[in-house]
Amino acid sequence: MAELDTSGGGHKKGPGVKKGKKLSTRVDLTPMVDLGFLLITFFIFTTTMSQPTALRLFLPKDTEKPEEQNKAKASGALTILLAKNNGIFYYEGELAPDASNFKSTGFKEIRDIIINKKKSVKPEDFVVVIKPNKESTYKNVVDMLDEMAINVVKRYALVDISPVEDELIVKSGG
Amino acid sequence: MPKVKLPRKSTTIDMTAMCDVAFLLLSFFITTTKFKPSETLAVVTPSSVASKVVDQKDVAMVTIDKDGKVFLSFSDDAPKKEIIESLNTTRNLGLSDAEMKNFAKGPFVGVPFSQLKSYLAQPVDNWPKVNSPGIPVTDTLNNEMIDWMRAVVAGFQGVKMNLLVKGDNASKYPSFKGVIDAFKKNDQMKFGMVTNPEGVPTGSDLYQDNMRRLQSGGAAPAEQ
Repeated sequence: MAELDTSGGGHKKGPGVKKGKKLSTRVDLTPMVDLGFLLITFFIFTTTMSQPTALRLFLPKDTEKPEEQNKAKASGALTILLAKNNGIFYYEGELAPDASNFKSTGFKEIRDIIINKKKSVKPEDFVVVIKPNKESTYKNVVDMLDEMAINVVKRYALVDISPVEDELIVKSGG
Repeated sequence: MPKVKLPRKSTTIDMTAMCDVAFLLLSFFITTTKFKPSETLAVVTPSSVASKVVDQKDVAMVTIDKDGKVFLSFSDDAPKKEIIESLNTTRNLGLSDAEMKNFAKGPFVGVPFSQLKSYLAQPVDNWPKVNSPGIPVTDTLNNEMIDWMRAVVAGFQGVKMNLLVKGDNASKYPSFKGVIDAFKKNDQMKFGMVTNPEGVPTGSDLYQDNMRRLQSGGAAPAEQ
């Protein structure tokens, strides 16, 4: 590989005259390339290409006066309850006293449920209520808010869970 | 039959061109690289379709780690001195000037008010090693985040504050609820949640909206 040409010229310059060594100017660049690529790999791995993004959330103001509160039309409401181990429970409209419309689902199916509900009700009535319980994780909440963004749900709310619903989740094994 | 004599070719290749390319790429990566800031709190953020990049200026960030412990940190340009001074007067913490200066230098705070004085008395380098219990938020009667947020709002007066929440995937909801309750109490209705970017699922309503927008005017898709 290395081509340090040390074979002197073949000229005869007579006795006593020293041969001027003719060195090649070619240098072996292989180690330099090796080093270059090593550094490239280092910088590729340490570089941060994807900047973190921010999911914006606007909170509604808590009002004490009932007349100022937004009343959600029961027919257009979809209540999603987040439970532990990524479990999801949901019901449409108001919760029936016998809890017959209280259903269990998962993160894979919830998108279709939202889409179906969105199609079946008037857009101005459609509202999604998200109620995370104590066992649900931050990831579940963000995923759910993300789902709202994905399905372009204009009106949604993050609401505290009620004891009745909490009990139902426990009863359903969530 | 006489053998066809193949000319013996040298195996050495000219490396100069390859070297050029390698170093060109190298210089590109050196100039574009931005080292990850040393993270003293390990937090794995969830992903979302949000496309808005996190602001880097005037940031007040609430970090929730995997155990639900809450920490508060600021960007370097935040008025930390005003914040701690305001907090010192509202809560009568009795902090010395040196301790308040220490707060401005420190990376993050994650202790209850009762421990804040001894925490700030330590050198800044020690903070990440201290096993801090986090700012108490889950107790509705004693949500110390409310006082912190009041001080932060007072400190950021006149400047547009970027309020961010950075939560770990595994943290439980009550901590997050405590934090947003504290935001609400101080009329901070707008905040961002730090997430990793993620592609919009094909066929969803948002995807179709973005496509429509692209076709109609070529404008960038709406930001969340």
